[in-house]
Amino acid sequence: MNFSKASLIIRREYLTRVRKKSFIIMTILGPLLMGGVIVVPYFANTVTDERRTIAVLDESHLFTGKFKSDRMVNFIYLDGNLDSLRKESGSEGKISDILYIPGTESITGLVHGITLYSNKQPSVNIIDKIEHTVENEINSAKYAAAKIDEKVLASIRGTNVEINTRDMENKKTSSGLTTGIGLFSGILIYMFIFIYGAQVMRGVMEEKTNRIVEVIISSVKPFELMLGKIIGVALVGLTQFVLWILLTFGIYTVVSNVLFKDKTEGQQVQQVLQQRMNAVVPAQSLDSVSFQKNNWASELNDAVSTINFPVIIMMFFFYFLGGYLLYSALFAAIGAAVDSETDTQQFMLPITIPLIISVVMVQYVILNPEGTVAFWFSMIPFTSPIIMMVRIPFGVDVWQVLLSMTILVLGFIGTTWIAAKIYRTGILLYGKKVNYRELMRWLLYKG
Amino acid sequence: MSILSVQNVTKRYSNHTALDKVSIEVPPQSVFGLLGPNGAGKTSLIRIINQITGPDEGEILFSGKPLSPAHVERIGYLPEERGLYRKMEVGEQALYLARLKGLSRSDALKKLKYWFEKFEITTWWKKKVEELSKGMQQKVQFIVTVLHEPDLLILDEPFTGFDPINTNLIRDELLELRKKGSTIILSTHRMESVEEMCSHIALINLAKKILDGEVKKIRKEFRDQTYEVQFAGNNIAFANALGSYLKLVDTHQDDEYVTAKVQSLNNHSPNEILNQLLPHIEIHSFREVLPTMNEVFIKAVNGTAS
Repeated sequence: MNFSKASLIIRREYLTRVRKKSFIIMTILGPLLMGGVIVVPYFANTVTDERRTIAVLDESHLFTGKFKSDRMVNFIYLDGNLDSLRKESGSEGKISDILYIPGTESITGLVHGITLYSNKQPSVNIIDKIEHTVENEINSAKYAAAKIDEKVLASIRGTNVEINTRDMENKKTSSGLTTGIGLFSGILIYMFIFIYGAQVMRGVMEEKTNRIVEVIISSVKPFELMLGKIIGVALVGLTQFVLWILLTFGIYTVVSNVLFKDKTEGQQVQQVLQQRMNAVVPAQSLDSVSFQKNNWASELNDAVSTINFPVIIMMFFFYFLGGYLLYSALFAAIGAAVDSETDTQQFMLPITIPLIISVVMVQYVILNPEGTVAFWFSMIPFTSPIIMMVRIPFGVDVWQVLLSMTILVLGFIGTTWIAAKIYRTGILLYGKKVNYRELMRWLLYKG
Repeated sequence: MSILSVQNVTKRYSNHTALDKVSIEVPPQSVFGLLGPNGAGKTSLIRIINQITGPDEGEILFSGKPLSPAHVERIGYLPEERGLYRKMEVGEQALYLARLKGLSRSDALKKLKYWFEKFEITTWWKKKVEELSKGMQQKVQFIVTVLHEPDLLILDEPFTGFDPINTNLIRDELLELRKKGSTIILSTHRMESVEEMCSHIALINLAKKILDGEVKKIRKEFRDQTYEVQFAGNNIAFANALGSYLKLVDTHQDDEYVTAKVQSLNNHSPNEILNQLLPHIEIHSFREVLPTMNEVFIKAVNGTAS
């Protein structure tokens, strides 16, 4: 290994990418997009859509005054004939929907009997609201019939058990927070492996199709060129990552100071955030989480203090780099084996599958971070960068971490060794369609 | 002592042998033509010399010492399949490639300045490679190949893509470099440039070296007693003069003279041939015709193929 030449290669790979417009644009857009994920749903909630006017044709007369108008819908009660009302409202009019409640002897008969006629398909929210109102009325009627006092029932139902999770040093912990951190870092590693692995592949292909590669490997060894490219791109990834963190932090500070001066609004944002997380994480894992409580911030602070951030950050960089090195060597081999981007497909599949499996397994691992599945997937070097990273915030035995790290290091030495052999032969071979048997043959070539 | 000595080099791929016990001696300050039909094994040999691949058997000596990674900086290589990073600026790229050959930044800049001024292309420095024409890119590549003043220059089809003016420019620069002490290995299919430039050649066919040595000697070896006679007189008289001595290969007539190519049938000396012809025609010139490298090439390759 000639280090001065390797450093020249790393320098070039790094500078040409960092100077690209697309890098600068992505660096700026990244945090804005991330911010967007948080801010847009919040504003979407506050922005009033067109208010729908729903005519209630209540022939049962059981729901008079029960449907309450809000900023989404305006209920008006009408009498009349359904058919004529439908004809009138069919053209563009004030009324967008007709809620038809047929006459009935018993309110329980309405479980299936109610129809909503609409000009435009109503949203799930509106249907939920109507169903909810009807269900409440039916339930009230049932309670009354069974002579159950509704207030008593509500007070019984209101029992809400919350378990304090504390570590052995009696500090407050939050499984929601650990889940969030694990999930976030796991997904981040997945994204970076894909984005920057593909960059390595394209870089190798560029050199091959440009025909510059033979000029360069008459000065440096193919292995040095490959490794220089991989390291150069890794530094680009780290640079972008650090810039994103700084920018996100900056934007967050500005936005929270300017936009959310009002405390309640700030909490609304947090709630939206929480809903986002619920959408990603299976609901049961977050059942015990008490994000919505008023002392959210102080509890969060408590929980944050129990999380070992230096360890998590160190682990993140290790698994980020280890996973990237493991995969990018394979990406480089693919780039060397093919002549054009379209030929990459057949070789991409075996690389993509373990990554996708990792992401799919994340949700099971989160539910049971100590389980057998979690253990094995955090040992296999092709899945460990994502799975182990998800597990780490929950606390993992030291021997497991060390074993996983060792296997990962061996794994990337292995893939780099294999990739170097394919790379060395592939970059000098033009105009040949390569298949797996051919790749195997390259592996067996002598120096 | 040869600057490059290839000794019994064999290179096998899984389904064929690219080089079979090839030995070549490249004398210092020679222009050495590495010739052979497509697929003969020239590129394999060149890649082995450049340490891009290694030989399966045999040894290569550079100035008497076994070839080692340190020699990379004393070799300049212009591959046949060559290119540049299209999105990179010309100057930055030239600097990068020069530094990969071991030049320091300041050295490389100084030398680049010299060559860019010499080729009058200083205005290209900030241009991106993709803005240059093919010929312009070739010029940049040539500069990068010779910039570190290598002892051994290996050029694979260096003239493709150049117009006649630039071809001459590059040829003159190469001869100039040779005068300064460089040795040049030239792999090409253009036999006229071999005749014009090469002092030595090696001919490879079907993975084996079939011919090597000094160009002058080889052409003499391949001579076939063909002579060119320029005369005034009529063709019938000339035909009579040939007798059983000579075979007519080719004639053509211009305003004044007839020029004929004849081949001796029985190893007669030039004087004997002249004596045979003199009584019949008025001879204006008479000379032996040596085979062109083109003819040598075809003859040698066909000889091994059969």
